[in-house]
Amino acid sequence: MRRLALLLLLIASAASAQQPVFRWGGDAEGGAPFVEADPSDPLKLRGFDVEVAEQIAKGLGKRPEFHQVGFADIDQSVQRGDFEIGMSGVEDTPARRRMLAATIPYFEFHEVLTMRAEDRGKFSTLAALRGRRIGTLGGTIAYELVLAAEKTDGVIVVSYDDDVHPYADLRAGRLDAVLLDNVIAVRSMRRVPGLWTEPQPVATGHYIGVLATGNTALRDQVNDILRARMRDGTLERIYRKWGIWDAYQPAFFAGVLNAEAGAKAAESSHPSQNLDIVLRYIPALLRASLITIVLSCAAMGLAVFAGVLIASGRVYGSALVRVLLTIYVEVVRGTPVLLQLFVLYYGLSSVIRLPAFLAALLGLGLNYAAYESEIYRGALEAVPRGQLEAARTLGLSESQVLRLVRGPQAFRIALAPMTNDFVALLKDSSLVSVITVIELTKQTSIFAANIGSWVIPGILCAALYLALSLPLSRLAGRLENRWRAATE
Amino acid sequence: MSILSIANLRLRRGEREILRGVNASVAAGELVALMGLSGGGKTTVLRCVAALETFEDGVIDVGGVELRPGPPPLRATIRELRTRVGMVFQLHYLFEHLSVMDNVTLAPVQVAHVPRADAERRALDLLETLGVAHRRNALPRELSGGEAQRVAIARAMAMEPPLLLMDEPTASLDPARRSELGETLVQLTKSGRTLVVTTHDDDFARDFATRVVILAEGEVVEEGDPRQVLTHPQHEATKRLLQSAWSEKKEA
Repeated sequence: MRRLALLLLLIASAASAQQPVFRWGGDAEGGAPFVEADPSDPLKLRGFDVEVAEQIAKGLGKRPEFHQVGFADIDQSVQRGDFEIGMSGVEDTPARRRMLAATIPYFEFHEVLTMRAEDRGKFSTLAALRGRRIGTLGGTIAYELVLAAEKTDGVIVVSYDDDVHPYADLRAGRLDAVLLDNVIAVRSMRRVPGLWTEPQPVATGHYIGVLATGNTALRDQVNDILRARMRDGTLERIYRKWGIWDAYQPAFFAGVLNAEAGAKAAESSHPSQNLDIVLRYIPALLRASLITIVLSCAAMGLAVFAGVLIASGRVYGSALVRVLLTIYVEVVRGTPVLLQLFVLYYGLSSVIRLPAFLAALLGLGLNYAAYESEIYRGALEAVPRGQLEAARTLGLSESQVLRLVRGPQAFRIALAPMTNDFVALLKDSSLVSVITVIELTKQTSIFAANIGSWVIPGILCAALYLALSLPLSRLAGRLENRWRAATE
Repeated sequence: MSILSIANLRLRRGEREILRGVNASVAAGELVALMGLSGGGKTTVLRCVAALETFEDGVIDVGGVELRPGPPPLRATIRELRTRVGMVFQLHYLFEHLSVMDNVTLAPVQVAHVPRADAERRALDLLETLGVAHRRNALPRELSGGEAQRVAIARAMAMEPPLLLMDEPTASLDPARRSELGETLVQLTKSGRTLVVTTHDDDFARDFATRVVILAEGEVVEEGDPRQVLTHPQHEATKRLLQSAWSEKKEA
């Protein structure tokens, strides 16, 4: 009897879970008012995008189910079918409309310039910021605007992966202005004191939902629901609740509802100018490769230099020196390099404000120094004791033994693992994009976001990395052979 | 006149007593063969004299430089000792990363600050005397065992130490090479060097040594004229040593 009851219970619960789900994706790291974890119950989400998604699900007769995805990956993720619709502050761009099935816009925002309060009124346009540093979120309309202004107005673009650090860096003096959506600007001004946002917008943009290319049937359903919610005031209520309803929205709503017919005709121009875009991006990719090369070489130089010192200290130093260096090596090897970069760039910014490139160089160099030091220590200890004793009986001092016999022999032992490390460093250098250095991988992902496909950028990027790492491996192989070969 | 004197040398490693009061004295110009079964402490005695080992008790005096137990000797003492004692290792330990020529000139140039050209001229003379001048540009790993040994001798001789220690130079040499080596060593003593050589080979000791010292279980048990000691052994250990050498030769 009890078994039967249990079975019935199971069936009942399965049935309730069987209400069809509407999967939507967004980035909860984007935070309020878009999508954020509810502070009172972190398992729940809240935000205006959450409520719009709930409205859409309700209209479809489904249960909303949230899928977390990085902001920059929403397009790729929806395209490969991780969820039906992506929406957390997704901007309406021609590239998106070309590559994906886009919904009608459901919110109008403005790109606005934020500056330190003491600069109030100084920079009302991008042109007024000639020679100054402007921060923004990579891969957005704002980024494209600043990038264009870099050419025409000589401003300096600094790209971020999130929208919190630009404002912190602005306050800290690393930037002169931030160009981002007014929603983000308003929120950031609450968080970071002493900022001022120019009321005159630089540009206008819209948030849309994106669906996979072929999914137009569902898209049209979603559009109908969005229009209905515009008409019946549901969206206005949601926007008011989140404090983002402004004077622009009524006109925007009216425009969207009037353009009902025209919108469908506007799209479906297919990717034919891709080759053109690829050619346009090649110089940027080459420049980014140069940054990758310079950064990797300089970081490796630092890693070798510091690694030799650490290894010598650990082999020859006093007990205290050995303990301190061991702690350094273990801490550095035991924590992610990403974390170290964050700490170096953002964590220490109240003590010392390192320029991004220098922070990247120090972060990677000092991280790899720990690994190099282990290679050198192993290599030093691998030199046979007999070699050292032979040198001592000839009268060489301990420092001469290290310099003339132990060091050179250890170097030959260390060469192969060192080359491996250099190739690894070359690839790890892509991590520095988190502290606003645009190197090869970051440039590629911007490229991919703009054309809406990873295929060509991915191949180009891989080819460039291989072009950098293959000669290196070959060179090391040749060096090793030269030492092995007879000098006769 | 004694160039090396060892008094009551005791050395212990953990529980094992390796040297139990070794006493020995070597006069200038001698070629002393230090003999004994494996594990008897021959190599350890050489390593103590070359200050590569610390010891528990006793005094080693090399031409006025004294080594004693306790804290490691002063750097100046070590430097002084190095000018008096050279060493050729059983496995040679030529510097793998340097050519034959650079192996021989390293110490003269870096330690004695001889101009490189002079050091190379002298090295070439030495290598010629030892019959390996044609290998001067080779790397150690390209040398045969016999060639490597001569280069190792040249390297030690380049610093002109009055006393040269050689560990098992006859091991792994065929009889023809062995007598060549013997003659080379005799030549060296004629030019004023003193040699202390550990060996298993009683024929070699009989033919070339001026004196033989038998070491067994960490003590000197017998010493004297090689022909006398090795033909009429007095001590059990010497007899066992000769027996084992004889059976080794029979197998070969």
